[in-house]
Amino acid sequence: MKVLVAVKRVVDYNVKVRVKADNSGVDLANVKMSMNPFCEIAVEEAVRLKEKGVASEIVVVTIGPNTAQEQLRTALALGADRAILVESADELNSLAVAKLLKAVVDKEQPQLVILGKQAIDSDNNQTGQMLGALTGYAQGTFASKVEVAGDKVNVTREIDGGLQTVALNLPAIVTTDLRLNEPRYASLPNIMKAKKKPLDVVTPDALGVSTASTVKTLKVEAPAARQAGIKVKSVAELVEKLKNEAKVI
Amino acid sequence: MAILVVAEHTNAALAAATLNTVAAAQKIGGDVHVLVAGQSVGAVAEAAAKIAGVSKVLVADNGAYANLLPENVAPLIAELGKGYSHVLAPATTNGKNYLPRVAALLDVDQISEIIAVESADTFKRPIYAGNAIATVQSSAAVKVITVRSTGFDAVAAEGGSAAIEAVATVSDAGKSAFVGEELAKSDRPELTAAKIVVSGGRGMGNGDNFKHLYALADKLGAAVGASRAAVDAGFVPNDMQVGQTGKIVAPQLYIAVGISGAIQHLAGMKDSKVIVAINKDEEAPIFQVADYGLVADLFEAVPELEKLV
Repeated sequence: MKVLVAVKRVVDYNVKVRVKADNSGVDLANVKMSMNPFCEIAVEEAVRLKEKGVASEIVVVTIGPNTAQEQLRTALALGADRAILVESADELNSLAVAKLLKAVVDKEQPQLVILGKQAIDSDNNQTGQMLGALTGYAQGTFASKVEVAGDKVNVTREIDGGLQTVALNLPAIVTTDLRLNEPRYASLPNIMKAKKKPLDVVTPDALGVSTASTVKTLKVEAPAARQAGIKVKSVAELVEKLKNEAKVI
Repeated sequence: MAILVVAEHTNAALAAATLNTVAAAQKIGGDVHVLVAGQSVGAVAEAAAKIAGVSKVLVADNGAYANLLPENVAPLIAELGKGYSHVLAPATTNGKNYLPRVAALLDVDQISEIIAVESADTFKRPIYAGNAIATVQSSAAVKVITVRSTGFDAVAAEGGSAAIEAVATVSDAGKSAFVGEELAKSDRPELTAAKIVVSGGRGMGNGDNFKHLYALADKLGAAVGASRAAVDAGFVPNDMQVGQTGKIVAPQLYIAVGISGAIQHLAGMKDSKVIVAINKDEEAPIFQVADYGLVADLFEAVPELEKLV
């Protein structure tokens, strides 16, 4: 079966971001960008399904600026067969992204769509679920285990109290949680080979999708800084401070 | 203008996060209605009717809603939601699962995990793992929002007397089925609601050593949490994880033991009132956010702390 994986180019997770002085957003100039960590897990899961003989083709898609081709090449080096870039210079909201992905799903007709559970920049945790609503497919969010069995996929999900397993009819949508797998690294020969794999570029207009949004960001601020704390010398001093100064125990 | 709050519950009991979500709804202003969807949820509906400030409780009691499968509950909430100015749900794993599906069915953007209400259409939410706070404005006809419970003080669970009304609509998409669940058993307070949280990281060394934290937690009446490193190493189950990808907590006191303090962990606990760090590495980033830091070997400090509190 065909698997579609959606990936996003985001600021690298190790970067400590800074808010711009004019409060218009976060300063992303000259900051290291990478594939969103949850998307790496999504790519890895698709590649493992292919290695097990469950998946026959892996198509990786991203929506973003032209530079997002780098993340598509990374996914191709990890084992995806071909890539699609829906090029948009604007920062799009999850609903617009979901609508664009729906257009790609309509064209590609995958049996399984795998996304990360959230992007570490917007922290929205929406796109997979929204794509579920637009396609009418069942969704297995926050997956820590995925097993395709016939015309169904069993997804074990990480929920607040523990784990839950659901059975979904295919085609279905899965969003990955951190514990689904350990993503591999791309080897140098595979990085070279990935340069020759097909990468199509399309625009939202060509897909006939409007990316208008009902939400706008008014400003972005740095969070309130915590007061500098003190170092105590002993456990006794710590207990004394907690009891008499902070009065929390 | 009326606001629909989707209740979080276990089919048998109403979850505390619902009370924080009703608090957010009251800040927006307007009549607050609560939807209880599930199976055999009579007791939950009665509990919801007693929440202070709730004027109506809608009950959708049907096998199709038993485990809040999003394919079944999202169409129900979207249909009901058309009659409201706002649809709110707590940002629990359930709320995060079904609400974006509701938003897309209503063809509106969703605003995730708000921590403050500025006005009926303007909200604050953290982005970039809590390293920036965005103020966002929505022009949507129905504003679909998840609420971070630590951002709002819970309303009183008693004192209201709302009317209970049954919802007849049944939507069963027939595309998904509940197979089973494995819930972690714990007698300690729930992590996201606890007044005190004691968390362990990679420095704990192994799962067995968490017994020191359990002993301390039991003495303090605290919940026990963990960093991702401790979960990935298999010391404790994943539902104990505090952080950007785990649970967000804001207790009165957070004691971080053997936790370095990576950005992703801080995202889950830096709104705690008082933070204590116990770590033998005095350069650990956790000390930059800790009100009280103790540079010490946790295997000596924690048992001593347990004795003294």
